[in-house]
Amino acid sequence: MNFLFDTIQFVLFLVVLTSGSVFFGGLFYKALIGERNLLSPILLKPEKFIYKIFRIDEKYEMDWKEYLKGILSFSFLSFLFVLAIQLLQQYLPLNPQNISNVEFFLAFNTAVSFMTNTNWQAYSGESTLSYFVQMIGLTVQNFVSAAIGLSVLLALIRGITIRQGKTIGNLWVDLTRSVLYVLMPLSIILAILLISQGVVQTFDSYTTVQTIEGSNQIIPLGPAASQIAIKQLGTNGGGFFGVNSAFPYENPTPFSNFLQVLSILLIPGALVFTYGKMLSNKKHAWLIFGVMMFAFCSGIIVSYWSEVSNSSTFHSSELMEGKEMRFGVFNSVLWSVATTVASNGSVNAMHSSMSSISGMVELINMQLGEIIFGGIGSGLYGMILFILLTVFISGLMVGRTPEYFGKKIEAYEIKWAIIGILIPSVVILFFTAIGVTTNVGLSSILNKGPHGLSEILYAFTSGANNNGSAFAGLNANTNFYNILIGFAMLLGRFGVIIPVLAIAGNLVKKNITPETSGTLSTNNFLFGFLLLSVIIIVGALTFFPALSIGPIIEHLLIKSGYTF
Amino acid sequence: MSTNTNKPLFEKQIVLNAVKDSFIKLNPSYLIKNPVMFIVGIGALLTSIICIIDIINHKPVSFDLQIAIWLWFTILFANFAEAVAEGRGKAQSENLRKSRTTTKARKLNGTTETIVTALELRAGDIVVCEANDLIPADGEVIDGVASVDEAAITGESAPVIRESGGDRSAVTGGTKVLSDKIIIRITSNPGETFIDRMISLVEGAKRKKTPNEIALSILLSGLTIVFLVVVVTLKSFFNFYEITLGQDINAVSVPVLIALLVCLIPTTIGGLLSAIGISGMDRLLKHNVIAMSGRAVEAAGDIDVLLLDKTGTITLGNRIATEFIPAPDVNEDYLADAAQLASLSDETPEGRSIVILAKEKFKIRERNIHELNVKFVPFSAKTQMSGVNIEASGSHSERIIRKGSLEAIKKYLSEQTNINIAIQSDYMITQMIGVDIALSGGTPLVVVENNKLLGVIQLKDVVKGGIKERFEQLRKMGIKSIMITGDNQLTAAAIAAEAGVDGFIAEAKPEDKLFRIRDEQAQGKMVGMIGDGTNDAPALAQADVGIAMNSGTQAAREAGNMIDLDSSPTKLIEVVEIGKQLLMTRGSLTTFSIANDVAKYFAIIPAIALSLFATNSLNGPLSVLNVMQLASPQSAILSAVIFNALVIIALIPLALKGVAYRPEGAATILKRNILIYGVGGLIIPFIGIKIIDVLITLLKLV
Repeated sequence: MNFLFDTIQFVLFLVVLTSGSVFFGGLFYKALIGERNLLSPILLKPEKFIYKIFRIDEKYEMDWKEYLKGILSFSFLSFLFVLAIQLLQQYLPLNPQNISNVEFFLAFNTAVSFMTNTNWQAYSGESTLSYFVQMIGLTVQNFVSAAIGLSVLLALIRGITIRQGKTIGNLWVDLTRSVLYVLMPLSIILAILLISQGVVQTFDSYTTVQTIEGSNQIIPLGPAASQIAIKQLGTNGGGFFGVNSAFPYENPTPFSNFLQVLSILLIPGALVFTYGKMLSNKKHAWLIFGVMMFAFCSGIIVSYWSEVSNSSTFHSSELMEGKEMRFGVFNSVLWSVATTVASNGSVNAMHSSMSSISGMVELINMQLGEIIFGGIGSGLYGMILFILLTVFISGLMVGRTPEYFGKKIEAYEIKWAIIGILIPSVVILFFTAIGVTTNVGLSSILNKGPHGLSEILYAFTSGANNNGSAFAGLNANTNFYNILIGFAMLLGRFGVIIPVLAIAGNLVKKNITPETSGTLSTNNFLFGFLLLSVIIIVGALTFFPALSIGPIIEHLLIKSGYTF
Repeated sequence: MSTNTNKPLFEKQIVLNAVKDSFIKLNPSYLIKNPVMFIVGIGALLTSIICIIDIINHKPVSFDLQIAIWLWFTILFANFAEAVAEGRGKAQSENLRKSRTTTKARKLNGTTETIVTALELRAGDIVVCEANDLIPADGEVIDGVASVDEAAITGESAPVIRESGGDRSAVTGGTKVLSDKIIIRITSNPGETFIDRMISLVEGAKRKKTPNEIALSILLSGLTIVFLVVVVTLKSFFNFYEITLGQDINAVSVPVLIALLVCLIPTTIGGLLSAIGISGMDRLLKHNVIAMSGRAVEAAGDIDVLLLDKTGTITLGNRIATEFIPAPDVNEDYLADAAQLASLSDETPEGRSIVILAKEKFKIRERNIHELNVKFVPFSAKTQMSGVNIEASGSHSERIIRKGSLEAIKKYLSEQTNINIAIQSDYMITQMIGVDIALSGGTPLVVVENNKLLGVIQLKDVVKGGIKERFEQLRKMGIKSIMITGDNQLTAAAIAAEAGVDGFIAEAKPEDKLFRIRDEQAQGKMVGMIGDGTNDAPALAQADVGIAMNSGTQAAREAGNMIDLDSSPTKLIEVVEIGKQLLMTRGSLTTFSIANDVAKYFAIIPAIALSLFATNSLNGPLSVLNVMQLASPQSAILSAVIFNALVIIALIPLALKGVAYRPEGAATILKRNILIYGVGGLIIPFIGIKIIDVLITLLKLV
């Protein structure tokens, strides 16, 4: 019965996700290329107004270096701003709880985390940050960091589609449109829907209630719904409250749960179809979407199976400890897989409490590079790096200089694609190696044995791939982890953005080779299969050793009844 | 040279030299050019040092020593692959090198002649060659005409004519003058001749990497770096268990980690990459094509459009008479007789073909022109006609025979008869015949005797045998062929249809070729051009792949980036195949190499993690990953290393011959190669490692 119910939910979810992606993909396409669309009557004036006050020339075009400079300086200023208001929050308004200033390394970590669209939370929202910092600092970053990812994607797409050009668009226009047409409207709708379900939205201070046992309990409140909407939609994931969407005020009902999981994947999914429209090639969009869906569903199935088939060791049919009791195991699985395939990182259950295999699925989802849906923009541009690699290898195999939509893929592109794909992996492995062999790193882990290894591996995996979800267990609020994970997030973000823009800048200059019978098709099943193989093999070859002596050995030990 | 095509893959002498070279190539300064093999080298050295230290300390070293030995073999095998490819290439180019003469050259200074050695000649020097002289270096005939034996480079024994001016002025060093005397201006310095450049393409040390090869090297280096990080950090992950739980991790020794690293990095493709490139050039040489750069060969695999001249490439070069079509009241053999008479002194190929056709068809013998009292009227640019005047004698009355184009004859008759010829019925019939011929791709030549129209000779371009099939093959490869001709639209269309080309440019001026190439390139296409004349030179230079005929001018040969020694226009098909094979072989072996890693993981990871959480009675839990049921951790690791080394040797023949290319669609080719090298690459190592493990256990090596 349970299984049937879970299946119906899953199918429903997939249908809504797919149709929503197709619908919004078309809408975003028009908005992002500046065509008249559904929202123009309302948003065109604000858009022009923004250009006017910031003196943005809509027609101006940037080459990739200027575009990159814009992103770096914008991100750096964002970082400084979020850092400053945390360090000074005591003196700033909207702090009804009188929370004290944030300690420097934690503030550094948090500023980096939100600026890079990671939303790794070494702090606990209700006890560390004021409403001001949450709204003006973090929520604003939730919008703009997602918009940065989308802008980089747009730049890359222009590189692929423009014939022999020099410029890849105007960053400020892309940013404005991304926020105005893509992120804002959906966030407002979602926030209203969430409030209707009972998510709190208030500037009141926390209330204290007397429980039936007679003790006092503080109930944290705040302007949560507005931040939660963008946290889900913008693949941010940073909860308003410490335990994220496992907290009833953040996620009160099954419907709010469904909406929130859906919004994790909605925009990344829609952007695939936006890409298809920009290429004038719907088939290619469906191919990418299909590959993502396949990986996503496989993750769900493996994870779900591992959760419900553990009876021998734990004498229960499902593992319920740490799960979302209100919505059942399936919703915990669905959320955990969705939040890790997309670089969201919000949770409605503690990932540390999932089965070892579920934990491994989550790790793999992130370690593949956050490209199965992935972050806003970043997921697809990461995926395109893998597509370039696949095109290169398979192009060689058919005996023709590899081409992607007529653009020749040569040494320059391969060099940067490799760098973009490898940087997060190298960061994860190196930083984890430091974490698991130094006392300062080891002192933060909660569990001995393989689970402890997974905790540290998870933290750096989540940071370097800008996911932001936490495995729980690890005490990450130490200087060591705040600094190291901070750098992991920076490297994982800009270590991919720079290569992507470099590729865009080089591709845009190239001519488009017309298709012949000798051209490799990037639209058929065979290419999809190859793409999936390259993604899995590159990911598996890099992380298989680490996973085998982490989650895999843990799973085997648990099966044989070995505990710590 | 063409006799060498069926050489066995491994000749004894080549193999012996290659074995020697394999050791010479261990030189670190050479090894560093190949990052993948350089890492193996460092690993081998480290492992050897550890062995030596252990021997000094009287520790058991048998296992580590075996790893070290096989790591050295891995490099030697890769070196051997390159050396064999080089050896074969050198053997191939040896023929060319031999022809590079050291004999004396007769250098001209003004009018004085000095004898110098060929090596002293520089570009711009003038030399003279007479019968039986060897031409000392590449050059251009600036005066005279001679027949030259080019067998030394082309293998073709029939002598060819080389003359100043025109399209046959280029001569190649090492060929022999058979008759007459020519003055040659030398066009290349020693060491810079075509042959020198070609030789450098088959020598590993001097060889420049091609663009796709560079891109692939970057990919391989990237993979190497990531595996280095994987292996180095893996040690730390094991340390974690030692620090926190006191687990025994002695199995994770440095030699074992190095073994793992070497197994994971793409040594198969890394070791064979250079051999693949060299053998590609070698195969090109076998087809008698000299390439100026590897880049050009690779580009040939990408060609979308091929431009080629009609004359001499698609057709046999000259039009020949194929039919006599008499006017309504004229006998066909009378027409043939008149046509033959008018052509007897016509030494053009067309004229000769008329004589021959008349002879073959109507047994009209060539008459002794001196017996008849004849006066020949040679072709003149003004009249556009030629013909013969036979004086009246005996029974004969005077015969004035002319042949020429429809236009020329019309003008001639109008002048002679002073009437409007265009409305005469026999002229109209003749004109209809002429249009008919033109529509079928022929050229009508009208014959008139004493102002009476006798009929029309049909001259036709003869399309070379088998050419249609060759273009069909090109089409399957995805290459569009475009014929360039000076003919009019009608003729061009007919010939294009007969030859099976995809398009044509009629009434083309020399610069049209260049414009068409630029036009195609602007659309993003890769253009190949085959040409021989001096007016082809700009187009050859503009094209992405310009193949100059060896029989062509020096200007054309300089402008192109390949020279076809056989001067065979459809040679491009072979060049394209080689270009594609180069890429396919690299791509397939890369796929194979990466796919192999899966099995190696399943051999080595359980082996090194066997002691994790092991109890006295039970192996560690990760032993379930030992799906191959390898006998012991040590035999597992050793088997993987040995397999990794042996697979290089096993794939040398493939690297040298290249992955077979068939003109098929991209999807078909990809499917096949994925199946063989991807799926095969996944499965084969599981079998191979298992077999080696069984052997190792039988021989009690560990």
